[in-house]
Amino acid sequence: MQLEEQTITIDGQKIPFQSGQTIMDAALAAKIYIPHLCYHPEFKPHGSCRLCTVMVNGRYESACTMPSVAGQEILNNTKELNENRRALTQMLFVEGNHICPGCPKTGNCQLQAVAYYVGMLSSHYQHFYPYRDLDPSHPDYVVDFNRCILCELCVRASRDVDKKNIFAISGRGIKAHLIINSPSGKLEDTDFAVGDKAAFVCPVGAILRKRTRYTTPIGERLYDKQSIRIVGDSQQLHAGATKYGRK
Amino acid sequence: MSQLETATHSETLKRVVIEPLTRVEGHGKVTLLLDEDNHVHQARLHIVEFRGFEKFIQGRPYWEIPVLVQRLCGICPVSHHLAAAKAVDMLAGARQLTPTADNLRRLLHLGQILQSHALHFFHLSSPDLLFGINDAVAHRNIIGVIADHPDLGLQGIRLRKYGQEVIRIISGKRVHGTASLPGGMNKPLSLQHRALLLADIDQIITWSKGAVDLIKKVYLTNTDFHQRFGLIQSNMLSLVTTDGAMDLYHGGLRAKSANGKTIFDHIDYCHYHQYIHEEVKPWSYMKFPFIVSQGNEVGWYRVGPLARINNCDYITTPLAEIERQEFRAHANGGLVQASLAYHWARMIEMLYAAERIREILLDPVSTGTDIVAQGEEKSLEGIGVIEAPRGTLIHHYLVNDSGTIEKANLIVSTTNNNQAMNESIRQVAVEYLDGQTLTEGLLNHIEVAVRAYDPCLSCATHALGKMPLSVELVNHKGKLVDCLIKSSTGEITK
Repeated sequence: MQLEEQTITIDGQKIPFQSGQTIMDAALAAKIYIPHLCYHPEFKPHGSCRLCTVMVNGRYESACTMPSVAGQEILNNTKELNENRRALTQMLFVEGNHICPGCPKTGNCQLQAVAYYVGMLSSHYQHFYPYRDLDPSHPDYVVDFNRCILCELCVRASRDVDKKNIFAISGRGIKAHLIINSPSGKLEDTDFAVGDKAAFVCPVGAILRKRTRYTTPIGERLYDKQSIRIVGDSQQLHAGATKYGRK
Repeated sequence: MSQLETATHSETLKRVVIEPLTRVEGHGKVTLLLDEDNHVHQARLHIVEFRGFEKFIQGRPYWEIPVLVQRLCGICPVSHHLAAAKAVDMLAGARQLTPTADNLRRLLHLGQILQSHALHFFHLSSPDLLFGINDAVAHRNIIGVIADHPDLGLQGIRLRKYGQEVIRIISGKRVHGTASLPGGMNKPLSLQHRALLLADIDQIITWSKGAVDLIKKVYLTNTDFHQRFGLIQSNMLSLVTTDGAMDLYHGGLRAKSANGKTIFDHIDYCHYHQYIHEEVKPWSYMKFPFIVSQGNEVGWYRVGPLARINNCDYITTPLAEIERQEFRAHANGGLVQASLAYHWARMIEMLYAAERIREILLDPVSTGTDIVAQGEEKSLEGIGVIEAPRGTLIHHYLVNDSGTIEKANLIVSTTNNNQAMNESIRQVAVEYLDGQTLTEGLLNHIEVAVRAYDPCLSCATHALGKMPLSVELVNHKGKLVDCLIKSSTGEITK
């Protein structure tokens, strides 16, 4: 006997899911975009950025951690949820130093793309302007802590895939910040390498390949032509790759 | 110290302030100190903006710098982008660009020259030149130009638009795009874009020639006035090629004295700091550069169109060269020193830019795809000098082994003209305002003198931590209670 297909409903659209899938997994498989920054399909869900918060049977839940259960009625693309997402995105912008005009990641940045998607036109909240350093010590990569949004994707990639455990979060609450696990606290004193998974997962411009920036012309960057809703996450980009310039 | 720079008994004088200066880029003001009979005792141009770029780019990776520092300005960002790019080429060890990349950078720069010069002449200065300095305020603007001379106004707008279009095609955006990489460019010029630009270039050249004819006619119609207005005798500085031709993208430094004699020539701009120093004065955020061999009292100089047309031996494009020769014939063997001749020289440069754009577009090399040169010998010091629309622009960076900026020094075109602008307003103040009852029209004379230089005041105030500062604590009765003074060396005294 053939099993009846299990489905959930997102914004009135019935979509199938397989056992063990989260709402986010099922939505992405059905090409439904739920905004997110800390989610990555290759890593255990984290649920920290809260951008993927949806309404499940009348309750707020993060789509990346909530298992799909047959019959769930889910609201995703609503005015209220998107306004909340916009406020969360604005908070991320003011907590760090995200100067898009000068950032090498501009046009390829997931935070910037989400901000466009949720209709963010200003920071709204007062900027913290935190004083954060830059770690240019590594010969091939630079870590700019100004742009870190604490998604922990580098932490998970280095720990779970690279098995190096180079990155970590220290401090709590508003004092939480990215650190590098080395005696000096510098990247040069780790075995971080160009091919590491952690080198490619940063959704913003916090971990960048040295010297090879702005290589993709304006108009050809990931989010220049289409919204993140269509294009998807920025991790698909390889740092420094370009149609014309060197890698 | 220059006459009229500082009055001896300023407390007894009345203060007249022209603020904001209109039809210039950025924010500035002029203060005049007058006695009871309206005789001028002090005239100063102040720049009231504060930017601080030299300071806050410290610690940033050098490969971000061309995109970061172009935010110094919304009018000439391309100039800052390219000056920084030339410095970054040195840091990356790739000073020798491929021929295609060299052409593309030059094309981008010429688009910038064209749009900036068109903006300044048509939008900002033509109302003074066409209607007169005393014309009604409500009419003395670009709207008045469009109303009275619609064809001319439209030409100005379209000339600027074309320059902006060149910039957009090369850098992706009309303002603040990205183009230069260490050792090259990030995008070739497509045949489609080349055809798009070529379609209009002949019209642009014709209009540019028309603009030269217009300013020449205006200037020569009242020659005596235009030659005397804001007249000062100054040294002049610009880049020239090895055979003395005008070049706006690259070359050696040439300086001439007021009488036309060469002070230095074909100097590798990497040694600029041996020839040019900067003086700090307590009353201005903008520094005062001077030629070392001449000293700070008389070593100040002018840059920009007037200096470039005066300094070069020839211009490589035919129409602009004819105009240069006619312009120089008015110098009687020396240099053309009239401040208002800046407008004439500027339009000759706009014509040159239009002609060069056509030449580069027609060069098959321009549509090549070899646009990035690989670096070889990397350096910890990078210096880039370019002739921006307003004059010689110097970017100088020191980096550490990690590739982050340790120190930056930017000598911006308008900064080079600082003393000259002050001298010009003092000359105008004495000539036209001294002893007169001040009117708006008379005060506009001061602005016309400043405007001739097309200053970009936003660009010119980027330093931090070097300015002398005096803090006075005054009680409710106006009595000085305490005073703290920081000198230009950073020393603090009471």
